Amino acid sequence: MRIGTAKQTYAADEALFDTNVQRAWMGLFIALCVAFPFMASEYWLYMACLVAIHVISVTGLNIVTGFTGLVSLGQAAFMGVGAYAVAYAETKLGTPALLNLLAAGLLTAAVGALVGIPSLRVKGLYLAIATIASSIILHFIFANWDSVTNGVKGVSVPPARIFGVELGRPFALYFLILPLAFLSVLGAANLFRTRIGRAFIAIRDRDISAEVLGIPLLRYKLMSFALASFYAGVAGGLWAYFFRVVTPESFPFVYSIFFLAAIIVGGMGSILGSILGAVFMTMVPEVLKIGVGVASPLLSDAVAVLSPVRTIVFGILIIGFLVFEPHGLAEIWSRIRRFFHLWPFKT
Amino acid sequence: MSGFDWLFFTEVSLAGLGAGALLALTGLAFVLIYKATKVVNLAIGEMLMIGAYVFFSFTAGLGLPWWAALIAALAAGGLLGAVVERAIIRPMLGESAISVFMVTIGLGSVLIGLVELTWGAAPTSLPDFMGKAPVFIGPAYVSRKIVIGFAVAAAVIAVFLIAFRYWRGGVALRATATDQGAAYSCGINVPAIFSMAWVFAGVAAAGAGVLVGAVGGISPNMGVFGLSALVVVIVGGLDSIAGALIGGILVGLIEAWAGTYLGGEYKLLTTFGLLLIVLMIRPYGLFGTVEIERL
Repeated sequence: MRIGTAKQTYAADEALFDTNVQRAWMGLFIALCVAFPFMASEYWLYMACLVAIHVISVTGLNIVTGFTGLVSLGQAAFMGVGAYAVAYAETKLGTPALLNLLAAGLLTAAVGALVGIPSLRVKGLYLAIATIASSIILHFIFANWDSVTNGVKGVSVPPARIFGVELGRPFALYFLILPLAFLSVLGAANLFRTRIGRAFIAIRDRDISAEVLGIPLLRYKLMSFALASFYAGVAGGLWAYFFRVVTPESFPFVYSIFFLAAIIVGGMGSILGSILGAVFMTMVPEVLKIGVGVASPLLSDAVAVLSPVRTIVFGILIIGFLVFEPHGLAEIWSRIRRFFHLWPFKT
Repeated sequence: MSGFDWLFFTEVSLAGLGAGALLALTGLAFVLIYKATKVVNLAIGEMLMIGAYVFFSFTAGLGLPWWAALIAALAAGGLLGAVVERAIIRPMLGESAISVFMVTIGLGSVLIGLVELTWGAAPTSLPDFMGKAPVFIGPAYVSRKIVIGFAVAAAVIAVFLIAFRYWRGGVALRATATDQGAAYSCGINVPAIFSMAWVFAGVAAAGAGVLVGAVGGISPNMGVFGLSALVVVIVGGLDSIAGALIGGILVGLIEAWAGTYLGGEYKLLTTFGLLLIVLMIRPYGLFGTVEIERL
């Protein structure tokens, strides 16, 4: 608890940011985000776009897994649905980009609600395994529904056009992806100040108690799946515009594990955790790449080593955070903040 | 169906039975861990892979005879199980089942990376140690590897079943599975039972890995076999050994039929479709214990 921030009204107590210092930092952060593309190189813009796409998807997964307590290993497959929806709309229908993204989100939400139906009868680990089954079935559809997905060859997506402006380079796409990421995070943060979001948290904490309290479990669980999938669908749509080619191999099962790892590392049930986790997990392979670059004069086949090392580091991060820091980076962050708030007193 | 080739169908079914026995063996390793420690071990496929690769190293790399390599692989599997239990699962005791589940996902990732780092990413095949002469059961042809795989898996499963029934440690394991507190108060060393379950599961997985590798070759992706085994135990019921056996045979047969009559890409689809159907109708599997939740 922070010193000197006594709340006088309920509105102040429920505010997203409770101090002016926080608001100032937030303003500074937004200003930095706006200025970023004019200062950064192409590579950093590319990474920023990828991070923002991952932030959207990870936030969605955090809604269903972190806040509602339903472990989903299908987030990557849902992104695939969104990506294929955008690819189809863009190549076959030629509808405007923003509409495509919305449609991708809605379609994926419908698919997600469908996949969430087993949560009617099963929960916990059984549900996690049911989502694995769903994601494998979705992969099968991606690879075999030739008329829509063009099979294993995949679909090339033309660049997004918004109001006649072509968004081809990361520099232009940045101004589409980042605002959407901001909107998604803001939406998720506000969701947990509403009745629906609170119901999700109640279901996570004890679903039977939640039902006794008058929360219709099935409806809210499906809603949670649908919301998470909506996020995944939008993220997948942006992914399609960003990489411009969608194949069944674009969204492997490992990618779902990547998202799960991101919310574990970032912090389950924390909006800030989703952001930190997405940034951290996206940057780790890049840092490893740099590390391999440094080590390459010493090691003969450093490049060949990169992929297995990345796999190992992913695994170690999941295990390490679960064993030693179950609340993730968000907890570390708040510990650091607490230290400065309470300084010179000890926490 | 007048043109239906019954002989071919029998051959496919026999091959499916062979694969089913391997699945059942892997499922047994899975159930063993779940019964004793209530951990759903998603890394079982990767533990299986490690066993196969260790076997590969000792036969192809060091040129040991196959039985010596097999012993080494089983020992390595047991050691792996012990290390994993002590280093990763023990600190997670009392955490939510889902956290432990995700720890095993991380473990699987680490094991895949280690295999790629040590042995390379390219698939290889195990040196042939079973002979090639085909076996005929009546008029039906069966690959020798599959027959041997089936026989070995069946024998190992029988040994495990007898051990659970009569051996002191097996009884202690069942007691722990039924009621940890009661087992403790009867003087059973429950943490040791946990380790034992993981060691035996590791051994069983390594054995299954060698058989699977002999039939289908080895690669860092062979952990996917673990996904099929996952379907087996969910269909059969997570805590039922009989369920693992029947589920293994069932999934093996269905995979073989789907793979032959629909095409290879339908294999995973049908098994996971089966999984979804069973989950919807019987959420605790065909033979699993129904958990009753109370507030």
